[in-house]
Amino acid sequence: MGIQQTFYEAMREHGITRRSFLKFCSLTAAGLGMGPEFAGKIAHALETKPRTPVIWLHGLECTCCTESFIRSAHPLAADVILSMISLDYDDTIMAAAGYQAEEILDQTIAKYDGNFILACEGNPPLNEDGMYCIQAGKPYVEKLRRMADHCKAIIAWGSCASWGCVQAAHPNPTRATPIHKVITDKPVIKVPGCPPIAEVMTGVITYMLTFDRFPELDRQGRPKMFYSQRLHDKCYRRPHFDAGQFVERFDDEGARKGYCLYKMGCKGPTTHNACSTVEWNGGLSWPVKSGHGCLGCAEDNFWDRGSFYSSVTNLNVTGQVEATADKVGGILAGAAAIGVAAHAAASVVSHTKDSNKGGAQQ
Amino acid sequence: MNSKVASGPHDPANQRAVYVFEAPVRLWHWLHAFSFAALAVTGYLIANPLPSLAGEASDHFLMGDIRLIHFISAYVFAIGFAVRVYWALVGNRYAREIFYLPFWRPSWWKGLFYEIGFYLFLTRRQHKMLGHNPLAQAAMFFLNTLVTIFMIGTGFALYSEGLGIDSWADRMFGWVIPLIGDSEGVHDWHNLGMWVMLTFVIIHIYMAVRADIIGRESSVSTIIGGWRMFKDDQP
Ligand code: HEM
Ligand code: HEM
Ligand code: SF4
Ligand code: SF4
Repeated sequence: MGIQQTFYEAMREHGITRRSFLKFCSLTAAGLGMGPEFAGKIAHALETKPRTPVIWLHGLECTCCTESFIRSAHPLAADVILSMISLDYDDTIMAAAGYQAEEILDQTIAKYDGNFILACEGNPPLNEDGMYCIQAGKPYVEKLRRMADHCKAIIAWGSCASWGCVQAAHPNPTRATPIHKVITDKPVIKVPGCPPIAEVMTGVITYMLTFDRFPELDRQGRPKMFYSQRLHDKCYRRPHFDAGQFVERFDDEGARKGYCLYKMGCKGPTTHNACSTVEWNGGLSWPVKSGHGCLGCAEDNFWDRGSFYSSVTNLNVTGQVEATADKVGGILAGAAAIGVAAHAAASVVSHTKDSNKGGAQQ
Repeated sequence: MNSKVASGPHDPANQRAVYVFEAPVRLWHWLHAFSFAALAVTGYLIANPLPSLAGEASDHFLMGDIRLIHFISAYVFAIGFAVRVYWALVGNRYAREIFYLPFWRPSWWKGLFYEIGFYLFLTRRQHKMLGHNPLAQAAMFFLNTLVTIFMIGTGFALYSEGLGIDSWADRMFGWVIPLIGDSEGVHDWHNLGMWVMLTFVIIHIYMAVRADIIGRESSVSTIIGGWRMFKDDQP
């Protein structure tokens, strides 16, 4: 595992044929939405660039990101990518265990200081000095900080690493904290979703390894190529939304006809992800296609907004106010109307009294 | 217009009619009022859509039309407000009143408490005002001017998501979304803003009509014709 080994050599070592390698390059170019000429560029980069190691850490999480990742639609992509990264460190799928595994981290720092990519799945809990997530006898947050110190860039996999997700839901007893709030001195790319779509994950990591930089990011640090649009913008049920045809109950005529799920609480209009275009399980389906609204899993705070089945959700004031805008506002406007009516009545009484007295002019 | 507030019964400034609201202010008021009405109705229907329509999707465009009316009114609302801000700079002194509160003036605070007392029926006699009274001014500043800016900011931020990343709306207003947190949050606060403004409007219309009927000066006709007329010669 010399420092000069290229990606291509690493893949060949793992039994990937040249033919598969080239196929993978065109597949990736297409997946990233780039023209066919990019397949050659990717191939060239992978043949000539020394392999960048990837260290994959797991904090508080459910491993759904890894589960998604290893099910990348094209078995080829999965094979190739795993050969690119599994060589180093990933608690879930590496062969090494115990001291042997932890040693890899030291070796990586020694050999590739400032040159490896840190992929984080899950997040560190900060309460009680991080005692809610212990790995190899130490709080996870220490391991994260140490590896982050020496890495080149960080990938925040999934909504846990990107936003906090369910373990950070109110009242967040362990103070689970997303990566970018713990590591502030390294570039972080967010790939949110619970889990993110496999093709999105492989696309992002391949782009970074081949071009040695992040793809273009949006304001919140997500790759634009996959997160710049809402599901709603590309949803095949959108014509029903525009027409005003909604599913009102899961067992009604509209549900059978495939009407829009907005009234059932679909969060497609506020969720930035690629589900409506890339879809899931190799393009087989996605929630709306199977008749259920989007839960908004790729968005911050999606867990703290009350019912998944209502289109007007809770106002999220530090996750505490369990009230929708319609409720709060209705009370406000209602109180104003009652107040106005009462004041009008009082005005009439006082005005009549004054006029009778012929006193103070109003 | 540089009329001063009347200081005594025989002061020449104590005229029966003063030109207060210039034409652009009046025009804006009604554009603002009607576009708000359209925005509130369509906005409510966006958050809580009408019952589902039967038939082919290609036969209807109900939600699309509701959203279209929302966006057209939004442009009227926003551009109108921009022109109104310009007019605050070049118009008469009353044109500036809804954009700031002279909280550094003790007399303003005195006036504010006087008005509160008046509306609580503690004082029977209302001060004569040329522009807005301090209580109205505070309500207009907090519940109308600031909420208007908030609605335009959050509204165009939501609009930018439809226009797409890197659109003009995204460049100018897109930053509002991470500021509030996420897209769903912006929807919710935008929605709450509507209710806050509606609360203002209920009280506002009541006060305006009440002032017209039992106040000492003209009110509704002032925002229509511009002239403030007084019903008596007393200070
Ligand atoms: C039928 C409906 C309405 C009536 C009769 C009405 C009446 C009036 C009157 C009489 C004034 C002058 C107040 C004064 O003399 O101090 C005024 C000012 C104002 N109204 Fe209305 N109003 C109506 C609807 C609205 C609505 C819907 C809004 C906001 C959404 C609104 C916002 C304002 C504002 C901001 C001013 C201050 C104007 C300025 O100084 O530039 N009004 N309105
Ligand atoms: C006083 C002014 C306004 C009121 C009362 C108002 C009201 C509303 C309401 C209640 C909603 C539904 C929110 C939800 O989904 O829960 C909404 C949505 C929206 N508003 Fe406004 N709005 C106003 C101004 C604006 C402006 C200036 C814009 C700028 C273009 C705008 C753009 C939008 C957009 C893009 C949506 C989302 C539409 C969708 O989800 O299909 N609004 N508005
Ligand atoms: S089903 Fe959801 S994403 Fe699709 S059009 Fe309706 S609201 Fe939008
Ligand atoms: S449809 Fe919504 S909830 Fe489902 S995976 Fe996609 S973003 Fe997450």
